Amino acid sequence: MSTSPLLDVRDLKVSFRTDDGLVEAVDGISYSLEQGRTLGIVGESGSGKTVSGLTLLGLTGSRRTEISGEALFDGTDLLALDEQQLRKVRGQGIAMIFQDPLSSLHPFYRVGAQIIEAIRAHQKVSKSAARARAIELLGMVGIPDPAGRVDAFPHEFSGGMRQRAMIAMALSNEPRLLIADEPTTALDVTVQAQILELLDRLQQQLGMAMIIITHDLGVVAETADQVAVMYGGRIIEQAESRELFDNPQHPYTWGLLRSVPRIDGGSGERLRPIPGRPPSLIGLPEGCAFAPRCVLANDACLHGRPRLESAGPDSHTAACVVGLDQRAKAWQATQQDLDDSAIKTAAGVSK
Amino acid sequence: MTAPLLEVRDLVKHFPITRGVVFKRGIGAVQAVDGVSFSVAPGETLGLVGETGCGKSTTARLIARLLEPTSGEILFDGADLAAMRGSQLKNARRDVQMIFQDPYSSLNPRKTVGSIIEQPFQIHGLLGETGARRRRVQELMEQVGLNPEHYNRYPHEFSGGQRQRIGVARALALNPRLIIADEPVSALDVSIQAQILNLLSDLQRDLGLTIIFIAHDLSVVRHMCDRVAVMYLGRIVELAPAEQLYANPQHPYTAALLAAVPVPDPERRGAPRALLGGDVPSAASPPSACRFHPRCPRATAKCSEVTPQLEASDDGSLVACHYPLVRGEALAERQRDA
Repeated sequence: MSTSPLLDVRDLKVSFRTDDGLVEAVDGISYSLEQGRTLGIVGESGSGKTVSGLTLLGLTGSRRTEISGEALFDGTDLLALDEQQLRKVRGQGIAMIFQDPLSSLHPFYRVGAQIIEAIRAHQKVSKSAARARAIELLGMVGIPDPAGRVDAFPHEFSGGMRQRAMIAMALSNEPRLLIADEPTTALDVTVQAQILELLDRLQQQLGMAMIIITHDLGVVAETADQVAVMYGGRIIEQAESRELFDNPQHPYTWGLLRSVPRIDGGSGERLRPIPGRPPSLIGLPEGCAFAPRCVLANDACLHGRPRLESAGPDSHTAACVVGLDQRAKAWQATQQDLDDSAIKTAAGVSK
Repeated sequence: MTAPLLEVRDLVKHFPITRGVVFKRGIGAVQAVDGVSFSVAPGETLGLVGETGCGKSTTARLIARLLEPTSGEILFDGADLAAMRGSQLKNARRDVQMIFQDPYSSLNPRKTVGSIIEQPFQIHGLLGETGARRRRVQELMEQVGLNPEHYNRYPHEFSGGQRQRIGVARALALNPRLIIADEPVSALDVSIQAQILNLLSDLQRDLGLTIIFIAHDLSVVRHMCDRVAVMYLGRIVELAPAEQLYANPQHPYTAALLAAVPVPDPERRGAPRALLGGDVPSAASPPSACRFHPRCPRATAKCSEVTPQLEASDDGSLVACHYPLVRGEALAERQRDA
C-alpha cells in the first residue's frame, strides 16, 4: 500500500462570493484515496460535502468562486487544468453520478443516445460500436432486456432504472474514480439496497476508486473503506470505516451516531438530538464550528481552529481540542445513554 | 380493549385515468388504495410504511378528507367521516389534523407565522375576543419550541426544522385528537430529525394525542410507533405491534424491506442479504391476486390466483400471505444481482 494515491486532495478551499457575504463552503480539507478503495464523505446539508466533490470535476468554477489548494489526480493537479483538459478528465478519469436521476438525464433524448454520446465524446468508435457498448453497459448495471430498453426515454424508466442508466453512463469510459453524490437518497430502500450492491460489485469488477457522498451513516457503513465526517466546511474526523464506527473520536460524530434511530435498536428510547442547528457558512466564528452545539465545549474551543490530530490507529484523526482521555470518558458515558450533564461530569468538564 | 378512536373499513381510492379532452372516457384506474382496513386506539401511534406509490399518503389524505374516497368507511369516534358533508365535516375536521412532509411548500410564504398558526381559529370562528388568538398562538409557539417573539416573522426566516415546528403548532391549534403526520421528518437533516421526533413524542405524552405516523424510513417508524402497518401497492400486507413486526416479520415483503435498510455497522458490510429484484409495479395495472407475487421468492401459482386476506396469525399479527415466514425463518437469499 505504499503506492502513491490515486487522488490526493490537499488543503482544498472553495468559497463563493454572494450578496450576503463570502460563503466558505469548503474550508481547507485534505484526504487521499488509493486505487480500488471507497471513501465515504458524511455530513448534513451545508457541510460542504457536495461542493468538495463538484470542485474536483471543475463544476463549481465561476467568476464568483475562489478555489485554492491542490487536488492531485494521478499526479496532475485538477484545479490547475483548463476547460479543454478538464473535459478529458471528466468521464474518462473521473465520473460522477448525482442524487436525482430524473433531472440528470435529458428528457427529450433516448437513454441509449445519451450513453452513446458519452462514449463517443471520449472514444473514436463508430455509432454502431458505441450502441453495442451502450447495450452491454445497460446489461451490466442490471437493466432487464437492455437491447429493447436502449431506445427508451428516461420517463419510461422507474427511479431505480434511471439511476442504473446514470451509472451505466458514468462507467461508459471506464473511469478510475467514480464520485457518487447521494446516489440512493431519492430511491426507496429496496431499490437503494440494489443500487448499493450494484456499485459494490462494479467496483470489484472494474477496480475503480469511489467517493460516496451521503448523509446516511448506514450507507457509509455498507460501502466505504474509509470515512471523512464533514461539518461546517471542514473534515472534523477521518478514519478507516471500522475504526470510525467502533471508536469515534469527535463529539459531532457521536451526535450523528446517536441521533439516528437504529432499526436494530430498542424502540421507544428517547433520541438524543444534537441541540441547535448546523452553522451558516458565512462568517464562521474563529474557533471550532461545532463548539456552540457541543457538550464538551470549553473556552479553548472558541479560540483557534482545531487541527486534525492523531486519535487512533490507522491514521485515525479528529479535530477536537478536548483531551483524548476526557473524550474517551465522555464517549463511554455517551454509550451508556447518559444525559449531557452526566457526560460532562464523567469527562470532568466544568460547565 | 377500549373502543378505537379511528376505524377504517375497506377504504378504496381509485384515480380514474381518462383519455380525450372533450369526450373524456375512463380507460382505467390507478388503484392507489384498494381495500385498506385498520383501527387506531386512543393514545396509540400507528405507523404506515411502504415504498413510493404504496398508497400510504393517499390513505392519510383520505382520512383527513382531503381526498374523496371511492368507497369504504372512516369511522372516527363512531361517526363516518367518509359520509359527512358541509358543516358537519368542518366540525369533524377540528379533531383530525395533518402535518405535512415539506416544511417549505406547506407554509404560505406571504403570511407571518402568527397568522399561519392563527388561521384555524379564523376558519372555525374561535377565540373571538381581542388578543385571545394571539395569546393562544404564542402559547402554541412556546409549546413546540419556537420563540413566541417571532410571531411576526415570515416562514423564509426560519430553518427547515423550525418550519416543521410551525407546521406542528398549526396542527395542534384546535386541540385535535388525531394527528396524521405524513413523512414529517424526511426533508430534515439527521440532527434536526431527532429534535422533531422527540417533540412529537413529548406532545403525544402531554396531550394524549393519537398519531398516524407515515414514513418510508423503517428505523424512524420503529422508534415512534406502537403498531405498524406495512403497505404494498394499495393494500396492507402486514399489521403487527412494532416489536413483533421488526423481530419477526411474517410477510416476505416486510422481511425484504427490513433486510434492505442499511445499518450503521461496518461489520455487516457485504453480508448476504435477501434483496428484492425489480421495481414496484404500476398501480394502474397491479399484478393479479397477491400483488407482491412477481417479486416474491416464495410465490407459487396459488399466489397469482387467490388473493390472500389479512388474517390473524398465531401471535396475533395480521398477515396477508399464503406462505408467511415462521418465527426466525429467513427469507431465501436471491443470487447477488441478477
